[in-house]
Amino acid sequence: MQKFSIWSLLRNAASYHEGWQRQWRAPEPKREYDAVVVGGGGHGLATAYYLAKEHGLRNIAVVERGWLGGGNTARNTTIVRSNYLWDEATHLYEKSMKLWEGLSQDLNYNVMFSQRGVMNLGHTLQDMRDIERRVTANRLNGVDAEVLSPQQIQAMLPFINLNTRYPVLGASFQRRAGVARHDAVAWGFARAADALGVDLLQNCEVTGIRREGGAVVGLDTARGHIRTKKVAIVAAGHSSVLASLAGFRLPLESHPLQALVSEPMKPIFPTVVMSNAIHAYISQSDKGDLVIGAGIDHYTGYGQRGSFPIIEGTLQAIVELFPLFSRVRMNRQWGGIVDVSPDACPIISLTPVKGLYINCGWGTGGFKATPGSGWVMAHTVAQDRPHPLNEAFSLDRFHNGHLIDEHGAAAVAH
Amino acid sequence: MLIIECPWCGPRAESEFAYGGEGGIARPLATESMSDEQWGDYVFMRKNPKGLHHEQWRHASGCGKWFNALRDTVSYRFQGTWKIGAEPPAAFSRLGAAGADPAGAAVTPVSSAANATADGAAR
Repeated sequence: MQKFSIWSLLRNAASYHEGWQRQWRAPEPKREYDAVVVGGGGHGLATAYYLAKEHGLRNIAVVERGWLGGGNTARNTTIVRSNYLWDEATHLYEKSMKLWEGLSQDLNYNVMFSQRGVMNLGHTLQDMRDIERRVTANRLNGVDAEVLSPQQIQAMLPFINLNTRYPVLGASFQRRAGVARHDAVAWGFARAADALGVDLLQNCEVTGIRREGGAVVGLDTARGHIRTKKVAIVAAGHSSVLASLAGFRLPLESHPLQALVSEPMKPIFPTVVMSNAIHAYISQSDKGDLVIGAGIDHYTGYGQRGSFPIIEGTLQAIVELFPLFSRVRMNRQWGGIVDVSPDACPIISLTPVKGLYINCGWGTGGFKATPGSGWVMAHTVAQDRPHPLNEAFSLDRFHNGHLIDEHGAAAVAH
Repeated sequence: MLIIECPWCGPRAESEFAYGGEGGIARPLATESMSDEQWGDYVFMRKNPKGLHHEQWRHASGCGKWFNALRDTVSYRFQGTWKIGAEPPAAFSRLGAAGADPAGAAVTPVSSAANATADGAAR
């Protein structure tokens, strides 16, 4: 791998930038791998990277139906935070936050992680009680969090309209939270994994999961049969489709989730604002466009597009809170397919099939967990048992009742 | 905006409707003898297919009634809607082994439990 540094930049500048290499190979599939990760998004690439780096598995591959990072990794609103309510979720997301804080150095790739803070607005007395409770729970778990008064919010965002249909009574604020460049996360993990010998196989849709005696023995793919005894499904919206190939069901429903960006503007928005009650979130990218996230469509769908009433509701809320954005033109709008679980928490688990592992159910909030998700998934696959951080996130919890109910609690309306 | 055909009221805008999840899940009858696995499967496990999907909707801002629908989850196109207990449209037979309801499987949101019983009985 060509190491990126100020020196490599100067050296390549001297040769008119004609010496840069491709960042990863485009290998032909081998006939057999020690482990195969299905899904070349952020979580899948992170899983492969940590499998190679932390667990020494080098004969592994990532198979991807389309191109690397072309699914939800490219479609989210790039928010990173760890202010969840319950201990299990907080520990998992906080592990991820700690990895984010050193990720650019670890990958030798600038993921543009910017800790500009994330604010969750409260609009009712009950919102504020929930915020006080969550902030206290966060602090007990060693996660930074504070409650902001309307005056403190106004000081940070002078143009916010506090006395609207949705009066702003306060907010929770996590200063270590922020945003990261989503494509760079996929590319950084891909490049680092490739450097450790991981084969990244694109245009390689999985069409069958071969089993013998209840254990995985291989995958049928668009690029031929691949023998392997370990398969990690990290496929977000398509998890149920892959599980059905292996003969079991998941407690997931795949919904379209929309986002949109405006034309680029001069810097105006210094943080990230999310509102649980009216379901709107907004930040400004380094390029200058406002990045706005909407809610999920209520019906299930794999179409990677959402419905207009959802966008209309979100933009009404944004304009009500920030009237000065009312004439900003929107550039693009798109949808991703999110796999929503009943308790709004992920499933990172062994499955009924030996050698088959699944990492899914991140729903509307998986991007923030990308490094941590890969970290615990790699452990689960390599050791054939969960890491203490993801023990609670097993598939069994839907049979034994130990749900981790982050719906509503997680500072996100789902 | 989708136009959805309510079997009672005719075609209406998507925003008048509430989605009710996978259709054709009958509430189990022998509840005392069920294992945790069977309960978990009934309550949480879903087919979530890519393609034709049997589901239920409610005309929430209209007549308020529940009904069955057959919809493609990729094109979002409705292949037909029918009243609870009525004969499903011809396209229903195109639900393959993956999409068809296993014998005796059940199902519906609690709020429409009464309707669901009729639904289950019809098939």
